[in-house]
This record gives sequence, C-alpha cells and structure tokens, in this order.
Amino acid sequence: MDYIDYYKTLGVAKDASADDIKKAYRKLARKHHPDLNPDDKEAVKLFQQINEAHEVLSDPEKRKKYDQYGADWKQADQFEQARRQQSAGGQGQPFGGGEYHSYGSGEDGDFSDFFSSLFGNNGSRSGRSGTRFKGQDYRAAVQLKLSDAYQTHQQTFTVNGKNIRITVPAGIEDGQEIKIAGYGAPGANGGPNGDLYITFTIQNDTSFIRKGNDLYTHQPLNLYKAVLGGDVTIETMAGKVKLTVVPETQNETTVRLKGKGFPVYKKDGSFGDLYVTYQVQLPTHLSEREKELFKELAKETENRS
Amino acid sequence: MTEQINSISVEQCCSYYSIEVAFIRSLNEHGLIELTQQEEHYFIGFEQLADLEKYMHMHYDLEINMEGLETIAHLLNKVQALQTEVRTLRNALGT
Repeated sequence: MDYIDYYKTLGVAKDASADDIKKAYRKLARKHHPDLNPDDKEAVKLFQQINEAHEVLSDPEKRKKYDQYGADWKQADQFEQARRQQSAGGQGQPFGGGEYHSYGSGEDGDFSDFFSSLFGNNGSRSGRSGTRFKGQDYRAAVQLKLSDAYQTHQQTFTVNGKNIRITVPAGIEDGQEIKIAGYGAPGANGGPNGDLYITFTIQNDTSFIRKGNDLYTHQPLNLYKAVLGGDVTIETMAGKVKLTVVPETQNETTVRLKGKGFPVYKKDGSFGDLYVTYQVQLPTHLSEREKELFKELAKETENRS
Repeated sequence: MTEQINSISVEQCCSYYSIEVAFIRSLNEHGLIELTQQEEHYFIGFEQLADLEKYMHMHYDLEINMEGLETIAHLLNKVQALQTEVRTLRNALGT
C-alpha cells in the first residue's frame, strides 16, 4: 500500500484554502464523474481517487490528521487508539457514524486501503443529501454465447451472496441491459430497494454474423451447381435446411431465408431472416479429360459470340 | 392525496432527498424527467428515481445549472447511441 498525495490528486498546493479545494474538486468531478462518462471504467477509478482526496481535504479534522500522519500512515493506528481512549469519556466520534454519501452508479463507498488505514472503514461522512430514499442500484455483467442467446433459458446468478434465478429471453442483444427491480440495496426509511442491472455481453461462437435480428453466412457452391442448378444443404441456427440453387447462379449472389434468422427479443415465434451468400468455387486439379471438356466449352462459347 | 402504485409524490420525494420542489418541477419543465399529475398533486415514477438522483448530484454537487443538465442529457443520449452503434458494427465485423 502506497502513500497517496491527495493534494496532487486534486492539483492544489499544500496550503490551498477550503475554497480552492472545493473549486479544484468540482472542476475535476465535472470531467470524470461516472454519470458523465458512461461505460468508462477509467473515469470511475479516477473519480474514486478525486472523491477520496476531497473527502479528506474538505474536512478540517481529516485534513489535519492527513497532514500530520499522511506520509507516516503506519502510525495512524496509534493515533486512532489514543483518540478512542479520549472519546471513551463520552465524547462523540470525530469521523465515524456519518451517513453514506452517494454519487450514484454504484461507484461510491470505494476508498483506498490507504484511506481505510488512516480513517477506518467508516471514514466517509455525510454529504449534502439528507435521508436516502431508494436503495442503491447494483450492476453486474454476464457473458453469454450467441448459441445460448438463441433460446430462452434460465440462468442463476450470485449477486452479493444472493442467488437470483432469471429467465433470459431469446434474442437478447450484445450490451443489452436487463433491470431486475428490487434486487439492489435496501431502501432507507421504508423506501423501495434499489434495482439490479445486468448487462449481457454476447460472444459469437457460431459461423454466423448477427446484425440485429438478421443472420448472415457464406455458402461455398461448386461451379457445376452454380451453372446448372441443384440442391444444397445449409446449416441454420435451427438445423439443416435444403436450398434449391437456380441455374446460372452468379458468385456472391445472396438469398434470403425468411424467418431463419435470430429470434426477436420478447416476441415469441418471431424471427429475423438469414442471408446466405454463395461463393462459387472453381474446380482445381483438373484431369486431362476435364480440361478437354472446358476447352470444348470455351470454343463453343467463342463460336456463339 | 391518492396513493399511486410505483410512484411517489413530488413533495414526499423532496422531503426524502432534502431538495426543493422547484428543482424537480424544473427538471420536468426541461423534459429531463416526466411527472404525472393527479388532481393537484404531481408524482414521479420509481423508474425515474435513478435519473433524478443523477441530475441531483450533477446539480447540487457539481454545480451544473438546468441548461447544463439539458445539454448533458442530450450529449449522453448521443454517446449512448454511438456506443450501441460501435457495438453493432463490431459484431458485424466479428471482432
């Protein structure tokens, strides 16, 4: 655990006034507040550091203690002990017992080991807001395979030691968030619990490309079938399907298989389409006889033109 | 006052959060949250409380005024749309 220079974090001098500290904090908080930087983990980390620095430097008692013991944080325990002995005589606790100050988005309450060693775990104090109402929201991320997202299925998660079994509807999108109302932190003063937000990250374990509810795939097609027509069997997410190839099908021709794409989220029985692009493959390692036939064909074509 | 399911009166909400009614009314006027009216009372839905808290922190802790909040909300919507687009395009590329 390293010493943290809170003055440096806020970019202020050691003799900065309370007003300077407030101004510096607000300037940095406006830049790095997680609500202003969605999906940016770096901003969350930076904001925690800024918040912690402000927590200490904006409180005259904490600032005094930090200035006195900050660099020798290991001695802080002795300081704490002495302080406890003093306050045993009925005096209030100078740092503890405060109310939690939330900044939303679930990033609050994360203080460094350095902070905890100096101020204890209850070092955070009350902010502007008074009594809390709704409990804090929890956020969790879950990884799914595309083949799993194809079907509605049950999934069990453990969030804060609590097992939660949810139904993941087929067709869920990559990055989609599901809200489970009431599974967040308990509310205060009879207020509702916070909510649990689960973000799904979907990894493609198939050969298909998914664009919304539609799927895209390539299908190799031999020259003879492309020219003369015939049947090909292709794999879809729902199993094998036989396709009729029309004669003289050109390379890169795309056919649409209606309803063979991905299920539409929360619309039972509704599916996107599957787009199959043919890739005509020219024959290789031709036998003498085959070469003869191609030459004959070439001559025939020349004569026609 | 009639109790509404899944919503709380603006007065009650303000007393819980220790904020002024005018702030919530102003958010409503700027289209940042949507209040429902019943008789003479205004209510805010539980699903909007997360947004309200967000704006509260920005306004009271970061000293951002109502015009600033409106601009931020607009830009955040844009950021979100772009992030979704990037994700969709990445999916399409298979990366």
